[in-house]
Amino acid sequence: MRQGAMEVESYDEMLQRVKDKKEGAFIPFIVAGDPDFETSLEIVKTYVENGADALEIGFAFSDPVADGPTVQAADIRALNAEMTTEKGFKFISKIREFTSIPIGLLVYYNLIYKMGIDRFYQIAKEMGVNAILAADLPPEEAQDAVAASEKYGVQQIFMVAQTTSNERLTKISQICSGFLYVVAVMGVTGARKDLKLSTVELVERVKSHSNLPIVVGFGISKPEHVQNVINSGSDGAIVASAILNLITENLQDKKMMLDKISAFCHDLKAATQK
Amino acid sequence: MITNGKFGKYGGIFVPELLIPALEELEAAFLKYKDDKKFNEELDYYLKEFAGRPTALYYAKNLSEKLGCKIYLKREDMLHTGAHKINNTLGQGLLAKYMGKKRIIAETGAGQHGIATAVVGSLLGIPVEVYMGLEDVERQKLNVFRMELSGANVLPVENGSRTLKDAINDAFRDWVASVDTTHYLIGSTMGPHPYPTMVKHFQSVIGRETREEILQKEGKLPDTVIACVGGGSNSMGIFSGFMDDKEVELIGVEGGGDGVDTDRTGATLCKGTEGILHGSFSFVLQNYDGQIAEAHSVSAGLDYPGVGPEHAYLKVTGRAKYDAVTNKEALEAFEMLSKYEGIIPALESSHAVAYAVKYANIPENKGKTIVINLSGRGDKDMFLAAREMGVKV
Ligand SMILES: Cc1ncc(COP(=O)(O)O)c(C=O)c1O
Repeated sequence: MRQGAMEVESYDEMLQRVKDKKEGAFIPFIVAGDPDFETSLEIVKTYVENGADALEIGFAFSDPVADGPTVQAADIRALNAEMTTEKGFKFISKIREFTSIPIGLLVYYNLIYKMGIDRFYQIAKEMGVNAILAADLPPEEAQDAVAASEKYGVQQIFMVAQTTSNERLTKISQICSGFLYVVAVMGVTGARKDLKLSTVELVERVKSHSNLPIVVGFGISKPEHVQNVINSGSDGAIVASAILNLITENLQDKKMMLDKISAFCHDLKAATQK
Repeated sequence: MITNGKFGKYGGIFVPELLIPALEELEAAFLKYKDDKKFNEELDYYLKEFAGRPTALYYAKNLSEKLGCKIYLKREDMLHTGAHKINNTLGQGLLAKYMGKKRIIAETGAGQHGIATAVVGSLLGIPVEVYMGLEDVERQKLNVFRMELSGANVLPVENGSRTLKDAINDAFRDWVASVDTTHYLIGSTMGPHPYPTMVKHFQSVIGRETREEILQKEGKLPDTVIACVGGGSNSMGIFSGFMDDKEVELIGVEGGGDGVDTDRTGATLCKGTEGILHGSFSFVLQNYDGQIAEAHSVSAGLDYPGVGPEHAYLKVTGRAKYDAVTNKEALEAFEMLSKYEGIIPALESSHAVAYAVKYANIPENKGKTIVINLSGRGDKDMFLAAREMGVKV
């Protein structure tokens, strides 16, 4: 399999690039193949054209316990459109034809295990993936995945949450590379009206226990949320459900879907100004 | 985590980071109270006075004569709420109380575990909410009513396949957001550590009693112990009494559905492959990519595409053997036990009975002493059984 069409930018390079512009990173999420392969790819193009600094790409799973109804519905659409792990990697390689910004994969561990851990990381590297996060893989179970990530030079991302103790935080940041994914809310993915003050405290606590860049995700739904998160010291913000809602709401009108996503992404990116 | 919760390579804690502290807290509480005198006195009291333990090990004379074997039935069907599930819900419910939890959530398929959780909630004064797939809510209206009568709130799940696995997904999602105040009371020997170990501990009372009872009645251990396997709790409970007695054959019977070689089956250990579902590494029914399949069995309690990790371990080490019987065979056994012994078994337990009949008909097994774990009674299955038998009620 051939390498991506262009040099792949690293998370460190990307974060430096946005920092130089006095911004935070805007990282939109999509489930590969939602609502179908071609439209999904157009949505990613729309992300990139409207200020995405990196991409978070999910592979659909039948039983996504860390996700709320919005992402699960996206997973189901993608699976109904006959997405497979193989097509997911093909999706990544198609993205690499038009952008070099960092790509993080968000998967459930059974997909990695079933393909074969080594093979999954090898193909991920070949297709131009920068980093992998398995939502249901805590550090306790991650030895094999971390070994494969080191072998192929794909960064292994871990999540930290409000419930993560300082001791655990230190441990996790030792095996995590790329960035720490900070879960802003107590709960699963999903759009939220408010982002609690405790997010700010959590970001500060994580910063004081780790030298890794941090990116906040889960529940970030509005430009104000992005602004709050960036102002609280986070290096970036991941937005998922709020964008996926625009897919769900406009399935009948693709042009409208892309127009709305484009305007929303533009506003979200603008909110990363420090 | 104090221990890693592995059975060989199976088990573990494959959960989102948010749940790790809750599992750590639960493991610590379980390890603290499982040998605590006061806790065990209270649990024993409820098992005896509320649930109706000990249960009899009943010599099924008519069936024995018919089959040419000595058949004993461990009568878990006689327990309050009609199945072994109450052993575990009392144990975990009490643990939740000792941990100061203000709310209990549970998942249920047919409703047996939901009911067993609901009554324990009433008993201990802890509010209970039960996740149940919308399809199961509609199939099991009577059990929904029973849960609500006992004060529980039933939450229909509209996601995914709208059955047990989706109810489990939603219970986990709830728990991720409510770990501070809430205990998730899992109904079988599945899920992340410490559940498989903890549920086995609370169900091991079945094996302890059975061992004592058979020694008293027969003066020796049984040749064979047979139990049905859904998530694996009643089987693990009775197996645990004989685990170190290598001469006792342990057999787990899965829900074969239309047949293990069809797409409509619940036989996870017989047909599945290694994978990760609902927090642990075990066998699962899945496709080439690792997407989880939907299980099928006439018995809702065996209708699950996963299985407890310790069973995976017993399978690969050969300590226990696993087989499946079809819907049709289970329904025949359901009728047979009702007719010959005057005992109407749950459809789940009917699978164990059906296997025992096949087993006893093999010439080399004639004369053997066989214990069947009769995990539950058939009251809940009346409408379904009547429909399958073409009877209008
Ligand atoms: C009567 C009865 N037996 C067996 C089972 C299967 O569960 P397990 O394998 O955990 O015993 C159930 C589950 O609902 C049940 O109600």
